[in-house]
Amino acid sequence: MSSGLKVALVGNPNTGKSTLFNALTGLNQKVGNFPGITVDKKTGFCRLSDGRTAEIIDLPGTYSLYPKSKDESIVLEVLTDKTSRLYPDLVVVLADASNLKRNLLLYTQVADLKIPVIIALNMMDLARKAGTEINVDELSARLGVRIVPICARTKENISGLKEAIQQMSAIPLQRETIEVEAIAPGLIAKIQNELQVESPYAALQLAHQHENMHYLSARQSDRIEELEQEFSFHSQKAQAAETIARYNFINDVLFDTVKQRTSVIEETISNRIDKVLTHKVWGFIIFFGILFLIFQAIFSWSEYPMSLIEDLFVWLGSTAHAVLPPGVFTDMLVDGVLAGLSGVLVFIPQIAILFAFISILEDTGYMARVTFMMDKIMRKVGLSGKSVVPLIGGLACAVPSIMGTRNIENWKDRIITIMVTPLVSCSARLPIYTLLISLVVPDTRLWGFVNMQGLALMAMYVLGIVSAILVAWVMKKLIKARERGYFIMELPVYRMPRWSNVGLTMYEKVKTFVVQAGKVIIAISVVLWVLATYGPAKKQQEIEQKYTALQQTNQYPQEELQRMKASDKLENSYAGLLGRAIEPAIKPLGYDWKIGIALITSFAAREVFVGTMATIYSVDSSGDDVVSVREKMRAATEPDTGRPVFTLATAFSLMVFYAFAMQCMSTLAIVYRETKSLKWPVIQFIYMGVMAYIASLIVYQVLK
Amino acid sequence: MQFRNDNSMKLSQLVPGQKGIIKEFTDLEMSVKLMEMGCLPGEPVVVERFAPLGDPMAITVSGYQLSLRKSEASTIILHV
Repeated sequence: MSSGLKVALVGNPNTGKSTLFNALTGLNQKVGNFPGITVDKKTGFCRLSDGRTAEIIDLPGTYSLYPKSKDESIVLEVLTDKTSRLYPDLVVVLADASNLKRNLLLYTQVADLKIPVIIALNMMDLARKAGTEINVDELSARLGVRIVPICARTKENISGLKEAIQQMSAIPLQRETIEVEAIAPGLIAKIQNELQVESPYAALQLAHQHENMHYLSARQSDRIEELEQEFSFHSQKAQAAETIARYNFINDVLFDTVKQRTSVIEETISNRIDKVLTHKVWGFIIFFGILFLIFQAIFSWSEYPMSLIEDLFVWLGSTAHAVLPPGVFTDMLVDGVLAGLSGVLVFIPQIAILFAFISILEDTGYMARVTFMMDKIMRKVGLSGKSVVPLIGGLACAVPSIMGTRNIENWKDRIITIMVTPLVSCSARLPIYTLLISLVVPDTRLWGFVNMQGLALMAMYVLGIVSAILVAWVMKKLIKARERGYFIMELPVYRMPRWSNVGLTMYEKVKTFVVQAGKVIIAISVVLWVLATYGPAKKQQEIEQKYTALQQTNQYPQEELQRMKASDKLENSYAGLLGRAIEPAIKPLGYDWKIGIALITSFAAREVFVGTMATIYSVDSSGDDVVSVREKMRAATEPDTGRPVFTLATAFSLMVFYAFAMQCMSTLAIVYRETKSLKWPVIQFIYMGVMAYIASLIVYQVLK
Repeated sequence: MQFRNDNSMKLSQLVPGQKGIIKEFTDLEMSVKLMEMGCLPGEPVVVERFAPLGDPMAITVSGYQLSLRKSEASTIILHV
């Protein structure tokens, strides 16, 4: 990197900012964190024609420097913190030519911060179609800023923009837009003076937003507060006055530089599509049709790649066993690390598919309509219209769905969505439900056509959704909102999805998932493997001796012996002892120590349940061979009473436990990542655990 | 004169297809956000549609479509 040129990319939402960012940087991106705030920091590198490299910082899309959500306050922080490593040498304001007036508001604010700036004018073709003629040279002269018309979608004139970045001046040349000092006379000069702020507008912004600026010391922030008192500064009145002054300026400029041909009163295509897609009846039918398609795709399209990944790991495992010398290290590598890794990577197809759909729905503008349609219902229970898609995605897997809550701007709505999404029955619960239902629910039909087993399965899914809604409603009452919720939202015109964006989104989400969740899952799997393999040395020795003796008697076939030994060893492993230790606590729920082991091991992931049951009941099969596990489980009896272990009461109590309990390391890891705090995953783990215990207790005691 | 016999109405009271010109706001905090989004005094507004369940609503203002809840729209007073 021959130069440290830093360029910040700023613009309204829906102006094609991420498309431009992708066009400038390609795959040369990385996602990190802004210090101290839950916002992804997207940076990338862009090679200029003179051989220099510019670092592009993609800032969250915003309509103004006054944030609607906490996340948006990062824009002002980056643009005013001169001590930060991220402070840009140049700001590129991306403006939508078809909606120039609103887009120029943000430009005038950025311009007044006195950082070198250029405007990239996107969507000129749309503006022309709408009958708007923009005199770019005149506009450029009036604002005193370089304007580069581009088309981010077709990558038209990206080279021109790169050239403009390369030729940028080191000092800001743009004209001042409004008389900033008039908004808060005296106060601005005072702040400039005391805090050494060069631009009057930056000083005014500090007066408004000093509490959100992490780089200010508490003393500085208090001093600004004092000055505000002294000059009786009213933040909202000042904002209103500023916005009106800015629009007056913009209107003046646009009056001379933009000609609007008498616009044809023609119903736009977007409007006609909306008549159908947000129709009272059709709107919902189409929406549920799309959901059905996504749900089907997540299951059916992922089946083949998922089995490929599983096969690959089976092959890797057996190869490792064959090539590596037998021993503890190989066992741990194969049964611990590889098994854990395959548990992570097997989710990749589902995550990729879910995010492909989410990104298409967002790109086309349909997501905004879903939000529009569902907002009223969702708001009743403390969620937002934007919670719908993550909740539905939770039917497949909570992990990508929680990652998908990013687009919910309101903090409270987003936290509640994250907290309740894992209650929706995910695909990992499906094998547990089917196994237990087939064990205790008769395969008979009600009224000749309703399959009882199917009905029981559906009941479990309904239970998941209903509990998610109830918990959301309770949390709405409990969580205090840090910010006022707005719904004011642009309904962007419908567009074809940009496939390269879809691909990049998939790539980025999968990468984040593998790296972030992967670390935790591998660690936990290794721990579980150790606990299930080792036990107190004395007991293990006794087992070894017992089986060495049995082997010599030739009483049992070799394979049977191996299975019995494995089962015995598990019982006396640390995990087994743990199962016995928790038995008193789970006895009232109807579980014995064997189920206890499964509860502990499936803490890493729910689907481990079937596999653990299989091992415990010493069935020589993987979890896939459900029939034989089922037969063994059906035959299992309590040693003291001789009654079957898996009664209707136990099975349903167990299903309810799995429906509610937070037994998924990946989800906890992703909640931690998304909320950047230990508090939320801990609360989630506890509330779901308590709910699971109480509900299972009631179910068992009632059905017993 | 023109103002004397026309009606002032809240944006939330309009029906789809109805037009008006923004006159004033009744909530300062909301007005700041609305103005940033292009809802300025003097700006014409057209109500496009209501969501299937009656809330929120979609309007056209300064050349694009904006969706807002009725409670938010009720802070905008229009000349109709």
